[in-house]
Amino acid sequence: MTSRTTTEGPAAGTFAPRPGAAPMARMIAAQTALETRLLLRNGEQLLLTMVIPALLLVLFATVDIVDLPATGGGRAVDFLAPGVLALAVLSTAFTGQAIATGFERRYGVLKRLGASPLPRRALMAAKTGAVLVTEILQIALLTAVALGLGWSPRGNPLTVLLLLALGTAAFSGLGLLMAGTLRAEATLAAANLVFLLLLVGGGVVVPLERFPEAAQPVLALLPITALSDGLRAVLAHGSAVPWGDVGLLAGWAVLGLGAAARFFRWE
Amino acid sequence: MRNEPVVQARNLVKRYGTTTALDGLGLSVAAGTVTAVLGPNGAGKTTAVEICEGYRRPDAGTVRVLGLDPVADAAALRPRIGVMLQSGGVYPTARAGEMLRHTARLHAHPLDTAMLTERLGLGGCGRTPYRRLSGGQQQRLALAMAVVGRPELVFLDEPTAGLDPQARHATWDLLRELRADGVTAVLTTHFMDEAEQLADEVVIVDGGRAVAQGSPEELCRGGAEDTLRFTGRPGLDLTTLLTALPDGSAAAETAPGSYRVAGQVDPQLLATVASWCAQHGVLPDRIAVERRTLEDVFLELTGKELRS
Repeated sequence: MTSRTTTEGPAAGTFAPRPGAAPMARMIAAQTALETRLLLRNGEQLLLTMVIPALLLVLFATVDIVDLPATGGGRAVDFLAPGVLALAVLSTAFTGQAIATGFERRYGVLKRLGASPLPRRALMAAKTGAVLVTEILQIALLTAVALGLGWSPRGNPLTVLLLLALGTAAFSGLGLLMAGTLRAEATLAAANLVFLLLLVGGGVVVPLERFPEAAQPVLALLPITALSDGLRAVLAHGSAVPWGDVGLLAGWAVLGLGAAARFFRWE
Repeated sequence: MRNEPVVQARNLVKRYGTTTALDGLGLSVAAGTVTAVLGPNGAGKTTAVEICEGYRRPDAGTVRVLGLDPVADAAALRPRIGVMLQSGGVYPTARAGEMLRHTARLHAHPLDTAMLTERLGLGGCGRTPYRRLSGGQQQRLALAMAVVGRPELVFLDEPTAGLDPQARHATWDLLRELRADGVTAVLTTHFMDEAEQLADEVVIVDGGRAVAQGSPEELCRGGAEDTLRFTGRPGLDLTTLLTALPDGSAAAETAPGSYRVAGQVDPQLLATVASWCAQHGVLPDRIAVERRTLEDVFLELTGKELRS
């Protein structure tokens, strides 16, 4: 190299190359923290993930809007709380993640991160981390509200965690599939529409038995139905592992994550 | 090791459907230099840079960046390069300072973000969300993000597009310092003065090919000749001037009292004209050397019709 004289001021050597990626754990932690902060800062996301589930819980538990089944003599909140927890997972892992990721793709955020030291699988790990942190906050809030309304949960907490984890995996796959293939505006519209349809048709607040008999077998195959039904079996009735729901969620997870991995376009 | 080109691209071809974005482009960038890729819209500048960054694979041709394959060796290459996209790349709701600090955290030995923020005049908008920054502030944030990881090589796609003159100069100063500290830079630009001021090497790209490459001086020197103009009293007899000038030069009165000398314009030629004026009692009230600018060269090579 030829020698150079620097005349640009006192800071010579400041920019001397010293490249290197941060340790993987630090990168994932930083990315998770950033994505969680952005998520919690976003008003629409909070409305979707916190306010709507909490409102539905309070509203349906205190006002007799839908004639809830008196199975096992349970109160409304015992029926509603598991459904609303399923809705919380849907809102964060599917709707929120799909919309956020769709716009990140649109605004070139994913493209720019692709040129950073952060590998793509680390980005995915961070996104999962942000979803999990949000879900923990949601579950804490909704559990507190439900307990305030007189909820008395039963069942094995580990089974509940298994269902929540599988539900998160299934909805994340489907959300990322949508975000990675559709335009951002289409994702925004479709993710909200799907949220609304699944809220009504997936046994969240309206029992499946209220729908026409012909529709019930189809609705029963939806991931939201499997999650709310499974959570309800454990939390309301103290059932052991509901293998049918677990299997259905696992199937959706494999399908959704597989399709997302195959079809996701980063730009 | 240091003599190997930092970027070496050969015969790059890239097609999108029926359009050919790159048609045999070659690019060679020496370590520690600033290379400006200059070209009209649609010339293939961004495609070429994005192939070097590993965003896309060429349909034909080879590319090596820091001796690595940008796609196959991406994991090894990415920490060593800095990238500034033409636009976007930041979460709309992330704050400027937050985003720069985050980018720094992805690197092992980042620059001091406060220093960088101050240097690029972003100190006042550290808490402003990206979407509320002005276009120029967004550009400067993207530049800061490209250099914060102390890369060996930076790719900057139109780094000064949309900047006001002060911000352009701040960007140029930063780039000069990067070069002084041994960082190699490849930038695309529309601005001739930017290439002239900043670049050690200019690559003029048109129709997906490199139509000329060299230092700004080399590019301006080649091809058409320079001219020298002077004014004096009308009707001077130029015969004796022509004999004094080297072979191949020309002299003419282009308008009454306005004279034009064409040829290899160098200090010797200027001295010859001045002494001829002195011999003939002419005091030129204006004497000017007109050299080809990079813009002249650019327009000669790429034509003057407007591009889409």
